[in-house]
Amino acid sequence: MSTRTFRVWRGDDEGGELADFDVEVNEGEVVLDVIHRIQAEQAPDLAVRWNCKAGKCGSCSAEVNGMPRLMCMTRMNLFDEGETVTVTPLRTFPVIRDLVTDVSFNYEKARQMPAFAPPEGVAPGEYRMQQVDVERSQEFRKCIECFLCQNTCHVVRDHEENKPPFSGPRLFIRAAELAMHPLDARTDRRETAQDEQGLGYCNITKCCTEVCPEHIHITDNGIIPMKERVAGDRYDPLVWLGRKIFRKDKKSEQA
Amino acid sequence: MTTTDDTSVSAPPRAAIAARTFRTDNWMRLPVLTVIGLTAWVAYATFRVFYQGDYWVADYHYLTPFYSPCVSEGCVPESAHFGRFLPDHPLLPYAALSLPFLLVFRLTCYYYRKAYYRSFWLSPPACAVPDGHAKYTGETRFPLIGQNLHRYFFYAAFLISVINTYDAILAFHSPEGFGFGLGNLVLLANVVFLWCYTFGCHSCRHIMGGRLRHFSKHPVRYRLWTISSTLNNRHMMWAWITLASLALTDFYVMAVAAGWFPDLRFIN
Amino acid sequence: MSETANEVERLSCDVLIIGAGGAGLRAAVEARLAGKRVIVISKSLFGKAHTVMAEGGAAAAMGNVNSRDNWQVHFRDTLRGGKFLNNYRMAELHAKEAPERVWELETYGALFDRTPEGKISQRNFGGHEYPRLAHVGDRTGLELIRTLQQKLVSLQQDDAAETGEFEERLRVIDETTITELFTSDGAVRGAFGYRRNTGRFLAIAAPAIVLATGGIGRSFKVTSNSWEYTGDGHALALRAGASLINMEFIQFHPTGMVWPPSVRGILVTESVRGDGGILKNSEGKRFMFDYVPEVFKGQYADSPEEADGWYTDPDHNRRPPELLPRDEVARAINSEVKSGRGSEHGGVYLDIASRRDAEYIIKKLPSMHHQFKELADVDITSEPMEVGPTCHYVMGGVEVDADTAASSVAGLFAAGEVSGGMHGSNRLGGNSLSDLLVFGKRAGEHAAAHAERSGPAELGEDEIASAAATALRPFEGEGENPYELQAALQAVNGRLVGIIRRASELEEALVELEALRPRVANVAATGGRAYNPGWHLALDLRNMMLCSMATAKAALERDESRGGHTREDAPGMDPQWRKTILVSTLEDGEVRLRRQTAAPMPDEILALFETSELAKYMTPEEYQSADRAEAPEAGQEDAE
Repeated sequence: MSTRTFRVWRGDDEGGELADFDVEVNEGEVVLDVIHRIQAEQAPDLAVRWNCKAGKCGSCSAEVNGMPRLMCMTRMNLFDEGETVTVTPLRTFPVIRDLVTDVSFNYEKARQMPAFAPPEGVAPGEYRMQQVDVERSQEFRKCIECFLCQNTCHVVRDHEENKPPFSGPRLFIRAAELAMHPLDARTDRRETAQDEQGLGYCNITKCCTEVCPEHIHITDNGIIPMKERVAGDRYDPLVWLGRKIFRKDKKSEQA
Repeated sequence: MTTTDDTSVSAPPRAAIAARTFRTDNWMRLPVLTVIGLTAWVAYATFRVFYQGDYWVADYHYLTPFYSPCVSEGCVPESAHFGRFLPDHPLLPYAALSLPFLLVFRLTCYYYRKAYYRSFWLSPPACAVPDGHAKYTGETRFPLIGQNLHRYFFYAAFLISVINTYDAILAFHSPEGFGFGLGNLVLLANVVFLWCYTFGCHSCRHIMGGRLRHFSKHPVRYRLWTISSTLNNRHMMWAWITLASLALTDFYVMAVAAGWFPDLRFIN
Repeated sequence: MSETANEVERLSCDVLIIGAGGAGLRAAVEARLAGKRVIVISKSLFGKAHTVMAEGGAAAAMGNVNSRDNWQVHFRDTLRGGKFLNNYRMAELHAKEAPERVWELETYGALFDRTPEGKISQRNFGGHEYPRLAHVGDRTGLELIRTLQQKLVSLQQDDAAETGEFEERLRVIDETTITELFTSDGAVRGAFGYRRNTGRFLAIAAPAIVLATGGIGRSFKVTSNSWEYTGDGHALALRAGASLINMEFIQFHPTGMVWPPSVRGILVTESVRGDGGILKNSEGKRFMFDYVPEVFKGQYADSPEEADGWYTDPDHNRRPPELLPRDEVARAINSEVKSGRGSEHGGVYLDIASRRDAEYIIKKLPSMHHQFKELADVDITSEPMEVGPTCHYVMGGVEVDADTAASSVAGLFAAGEVSGGMHGSNRLGGNSLSDLLVFGKRAGEHAAAHAERSGPAELGEDEIASAAATALRPFEGEGENPYELQAALQAVNGRLVGIIRRASELEEALVELEALRPRVANVAATGGRAYNPGWHLALDLRNMMLCSMATAKAALERDESRGGHTREDAPGMDPQWRKTILVSTLEDGEVRLRRQTAAPMPDEILALFETSELAKYMTPEEYQSADRAEAPEAGQEDAE
């Protein structure tokens, strides 16, 4: 057991500042435990969002010493004894109070994303899919919607004006998930990603992947394959030539 | 969807935090190293490409990758396996046919994009560290929309890797016929690394099988995709290894050709 | 701020769903498909409800892995797990309808793990005779809630395409807590609550309300449950005049993390055992063989050789005792620790490292691997885990009609953990996710039908003002800090109403709870109304108090041991108690308890069991009719 100094941002949409707390820390604790102790002993109204405390629900996203993290999965032994720990709310979203931000941006973007389209003529219970065919999409479905990727992505983090045209990494992997879903009946996932979701804004600097607590390969397995699908559609010389020669329909690329 | 009070995509203010970042680690290290590494390599490559000498070891048929295929009228005839048709001019590299493709292949590579966007362009320099630019449109318009042409350059690079492989095979040669020395190992290693980089390219991964929906219906392509994916996992590593191996291979050929040291021969 | 803050947002809908976990969302889908205007209230963000914590899978007798499985087998397993105290009709509907409900999810976009034939893969689990749990690695709950969340969004998209408005018929209001239900003449008319973000109140008029609020686990110190699990739905139902049943039955999951202290209670999925993990004490002994109770002797292996053989040849070997129902395993672990054979930090060892190779473990149990690595520095592919019981699930809940999920209050429905009866005295792992789907759908369907019949509801100004005053009371108080009171409440429950109970301790618990009551009534909140967790907890505490009272009273009354209720001073099951249900109601602010006789099982249900098995649980008068159905002649001789 030892005493550490925590600097926690406190305030709301009208302003705020870092508040210092000296607080007891025990072996094996995570940042969220310490925040809870501050709440229980020093600041009962300290706003913090959390649920499962086991890295499964993605509620307690914040920035710890400047890095976007889940507070429940950030262990205190990550920091040196005597090191001050700074905890601030996600920067990219409007603040509500203290460590809680308004993440509705992500839900609005999700609502614009065309849903899974069930295949026609396949009754419930008759779906047949091979494990190798579902695995890629399953990786993306591990997403716990902590929105750390959305928060870290500089496209919106540093450029508020990009929020309307840009959906962000969370929705790109949703697009990839559906594009790779063995039975999704839609064939326009790549067009939607490029034209509606702003896939072209991504310059694949991979911070989304770096902060993902589920270790989803957001860039390599999601965004880049989507970019490649778009490129295959619009920029691939062989595909273009093939279409010219065989007059193939675009949709025949679905295999 | 959820409803919360009075919110929309670009509505009310963010937390008023003055500090640009609270990161306490040395986040500048990586971009700085990247700038140093890439600059040094480009400087060396530029010098060598316009040097127009010491690229061919006649005794052992070693041809540096920087001059392959050698298609200028200035090329030593034996080194030119595909004819000599470009004019000999000091500003026109001997391998002017392949080098632009290789350059743009790497320039549009998904890994190098990350590397130079982060280091040279500071967009962003590190995660959760502010972007160095006031405006940002990413790869949505000219010229950066051209990054989507990576596929074209992959096809070219693929062919050039075949030529490099051909070069490495032809190099098993000595004045007496078959022979092999340290230079062959260097050339061979370089070619293997080049394949690891090229076959692990994101575009290659897509072509091999990534674009399929049902792997189970295409077992061979699934296998190829799996191999490509495994290499792709370490794409950054292969990108740097091949930069090093290209420069070292070239340097080795240059040194032997210039007679700075003899090739270590194992057979003939 | 105060003027706008005191304005109450007024909304109305046909079906109001309180709770946005699996049951609530499934109900919302059904009510919306029935053409009703639906509002879903979510206590936390949309998609974060406790359902995401479910790991193992959803039990449904699809027979994909073992074709002998069918609803009857599933039904039998469920009743055995619940020690025959289950509402048999609920268990029957559940076993029959679960496969359809799971298949339906695939049409919403769910991606379960597959069998080689491309069907949904199914895994073994405690108490289930055949591999039965549809799963995705060990994150099935996440898949379920995300699928339903996305289904809701897709319905909103349909509405937007038709009307131009996403929220025309289906609206999710997140980070909002309901504090009161409005009733008159024995029927609900709406609800009152606050939005966390702003602290502003809202009142929603609705002729039909579905409670889908989950459980009460937050009243215990060592728990796998999140802050939301404060028994809101249980308490709302009581205050609205509905009754709760089976509140004495609380499931302690045998395997929660025990070290480090900050993660104590976090769940370790039963799949670890389903996929080959075994339990050992500090002496290295695989102790579960010593704890197979009489009623399960026929189905469980008595030697490690047989148990290990079962994984590959289930037809010729009996199941490993690690896969006994949860109550049995939890008690066994408790007893090993009490006898001084526990692990370093007061648990036992759960070992899969020595039993399966690393690749298999990481593939099958990715989040367990991740969880232990990140939180405890333990690599489960090379070391055993330390585990111990943790409060996990309440079998008790709102008394509902099996077919319609309707409570005794007109227009009030309940589904999921907040409802009671389905699981009897102990729930089998995997039966929760399927319960959510089956009864979530039924609740949504019947709530929609009720709304159709009864027409729109209206709310009066006085009742709204009174609810607002109650919600604001903590700001006026000079009382105690809510966090301290919560800790005190958790301590009482943990110490005196825990996994092993005694009459004297339960009496003591009631005295202590009684002493806490005025303190809770006087709890104080500081600060403003916007996102103030102290205030929120202050309001939740009264719900936790009510549930704790109901549990302690029922636990004292039931002097036998059954499932999730173990009385050290009254060991063993009593057939008389099997047919007795304890019903809690609220009268003048006091929790009242009464005994109620369970409906007798009809012959065709009894006929699903061997008489010899029924005899272990029932009085002869109860099962003799089954004898006739099964083997008429023999049955008559058996009759007294």
